Amino acid sequence: MLYFSRIKLFIIYSIIVILSFFSFINFIDNKENFILSKKVKLGLDLQGGSYLLLEVDSKPIVNQNLQHKLLSLGKYFKKNKIKYQNLKLINQSINFQINAEDIEKFEKFLLNKDNSINIYYNQYRSYEMNYSLEDNRVKLEYSKFGLIEIKNSALDQSLEIVRRRIDEVGTNEPTIIRRGNDRILVELPGLDDPNRIKKLLGKTANLTFRLVSESEDDFGSEFLSYEDSEAQLSVSKRVVLSGNNLIAAQPRFDNQNNQNTVNISLDRAGAKKFARATKNNVGKRLAIILDNKIISAPVIQEAILSGNSVISGNFTFQSATDLALLLRSGALPAPLTIIEERTVGPDLGEDSIKAGAISLAIGFLLVMIYMLYKYRKLGIIADLALIINLILLIGILTVLEATLTLPGIAGIILTVGMAVDANVLIFERIKEEMVTEKSIIHAFDMGYKNAQSAVLDANITTLISAVILFFLGSGPVKGFAVTLGIGILTTLFSAYFFARHLSSLYAMKNKDKQIVL
Amino acid sequence: MIFKISKDIKFSNFYKKMNIFSYILIFLSILVLLIKGLNLGVDFKGGTLIEVRTENSITIIAEIRESLLKMNLGDVTVKKFGKENDYLVKIEITKSDDENFIKSINDKLSADLGSAVNFRRVENVGPKVSNELLRAGLLAISLSLAAMLFYIWIRFEWQFSLGAVIALIHDVIITVGIFSFLAYEVNLSIVAAVLTIVGYSMNDTVVIFDRIRENLKKYSKMSITEISDLSTNQTLSRTLITSVTTLLALFSIYIFGGAILKGFSFAMILGVIIGTYSSIFIATPVLNYTKVNQKTILKENTENN
Repeated sequence: MLYFSRIKLFIIYSIIVILSFFSFINFIDNKENFILSKKVKLGLDLQGGSYLLLEVDSKPIVNQNLQHKLLSLGKYFKKNKIKYQNLKLINQSINFQINAEDIEKFEKFLLNKDNSINIYYNQYRSYEMNYSLEDNRVKLEYSKFGLIEIKNSALDQSLEIVRRRIDEVGTNEPTIIRRGNDRILVELPGLDDPNRIKKLLGKTANLTFRLVSESEDDFGSEFLSYEDSEAQLSVSKRVVLSGNNLIAAQPRFDNQNNQNTVNISLDRAGAKKFARATKNNVGKRLAIILDNKIISAPVIQEAILSGNSVISGNFTFQSATDLALLLRSGALPAPLTIIEERTVGPDLGEDSIKAGAISLAIGFLLVMIYMLYKYRKLGIIADLALIINLILLIGILTVLEATLTLPGIAGIILTVGMAVDANVLIFERIKEEMVTEKSIIHAFDMGYKNAQSAVLDANITTLISAVILFFLGSGPVKGFAVTLGIGILTTLFSAYFFARHLSSLYAMKNKDKQIVL
Repeated sequence: MIFKISKDIKFSNFYKKMNIFSYILIFLSILVLLIKGLNLGVDFKGGTLIEVRTENSITIIAEIRESLLKMNLGDVTVKKFGKENDYLVKIEITKSDDENFIKSINDKLSADLGSAVNFRRVENVGPKVSNELLRAGLLAISLSLAAMLFYIWIRFEWQFSLGAVIALIHDVIITVGIFSFLAYEVNLSIVAAVLTIVGYSMNDTVVIFDRIRENLKKYSKMSITEISDLSTNQTLSRTLITSVTTLLALFSIYIFGGAILKGFSFAMILGVIIGTYSSIFIATPVLNYTKVNQKTILKENTENN
């Protein structure tokens, strides 16, 4: 166990040199070079920032889609002269009755793989909808895969919109990724106050222009309240124009009226619709509605033909900017809710780094002193192994560009405490071997050999915990699992390669002397 | 050469007494858990946690609580946290539909206290997420116990595996029991601590088991009681040194690592002490009770060959 071939030594020390280099480059500032720019990333709990978990509520979309299907079904029945009754939406399912003789025909239509109402997904070998028959009552609802498809597409769209909104705000290196099939994880490093982002993400940003109704029209009307007051207004359900027709939105300051506004430009179809609606309704009030809240309801002074319009309201500069941003980035397909938020202020992050560094330094020193006290000369080997261990650990974290969190620092300190265990096991074993062995070299050799299985078993058990924690833990705790796990690997390396080599040198040099351990 | 005389402590004489001691501890732990329950943090119970720093160092907790109670936030707890004017506020509710929730609390609190307050940390966990986190935490702990059981079973024999896992469960129950008794908060980092304790305690046990196996092979005439005493003594100095270095590191985190890591390092300190104790007095006796002998080990060898 004490013999090292040259090639082995070369490999061992190369690894140490390379990883030392990587742990060193954390301290130099270079952003261009692909290798030199590698750094251990600081987690949100250390550099400050916000972690938001958003959930897409797909129920409204399901309902919306079912409404569409309901209309298509009605058309299909009429076209094929099938008599139907009680065609209704109940609890996210379409219910109706048809005559017994039509059922077979309807089933055939529904199971045709190219029908327009019930899409067949080849990849799932399943239809979009499930249907059940009870006498002549038919119930249609989304199948498992139909719901997955809806959720997926809603999530993809939402992800895109969220990304656009956050990019427009211009925060520092945000992370925006999907989680599962209805969640979006947003990490915003360095953000002190997430309130603005939260507000922007909380808005669906569904913009509609609808006439204020003076009398009931064909489409019916509803009472909506203003955004900034309790006052209500009756507006028509007919949408003159929606945010889909928008191509640009900018905040402006209107010097004449001394107020903030949002100027919008419409695409060609939108401009046409808007021109027609304004021409026919001069003198009436047009309500501008965002997410079912009225922003303002100005009187149409004249026909607006250019496709450019101004949204006025009680805006501050900030709220006008945000509204323009929301309109530019588009409406979310479904409302988003923030189901988890974790924000750490930058000053707390700094305090945590300081506390982590101090406790690491002290823990490290205490363990080193204790090992020196316990093992004297071999203690020096153990301490050198500990230093190399720490350097290797930081080196690997740098190569992986892993994220260091506060629990991660705790993991490093814990590694320091537990890393000496491998050397303790070996040294204790050497001591025992010396009782029966005359030759020091032999005693060292047997010590390493016989301690091996205990060292391996002891470290693998901790590694198992670290791996489970890595896969089931979240956020900062994951950082703990990473440092603990990598720490075990570097511990094994530094004990069984580096420290073993030093021990062999020590044993060779003292082979004729008496050693007291 | 000079050698220290190897220690010769008859650990087996204490097995019965220590086991009774552990039964009592486990019984008390379960009792306390049933009566007091755990003080679950927002990670597992849902709610809002805010670390507040006030500018005014003479702020009293009562003032903060009074101000918060006026806002109808449900159950509110306020306590000192770390430095002079840092406080930890826990609020029962989360308002996911109101993006201004946190800001409005800050505004009202600042107004009531007469000076600006700084929210250094905000954690807002909805009920759905906290349920998932709780489930994931329990799953992680159960999985790690199962993994250890399996690992030892492969590396050793079922008797060893049984002893190791009984010791682990013992450690986890008592650690959690002490947390319940002291009403310390249980959050995600405590789950991480418990998992590490499982790993550490296992580590300790495995070293003794490894030696027992070796000695069983070596000495065919010795009874398991003698073997376990011998093995425990042989590994004792390692057991103690490693516990000391680990505790040195942990105390360093506990004292200097800041308020956030206090709970975590406290749980680990408990775990290391209990884990060291259980390796000697819980895991090893199981081998005696299940009458492990040389045949148990040799059977393993012939199977492997």
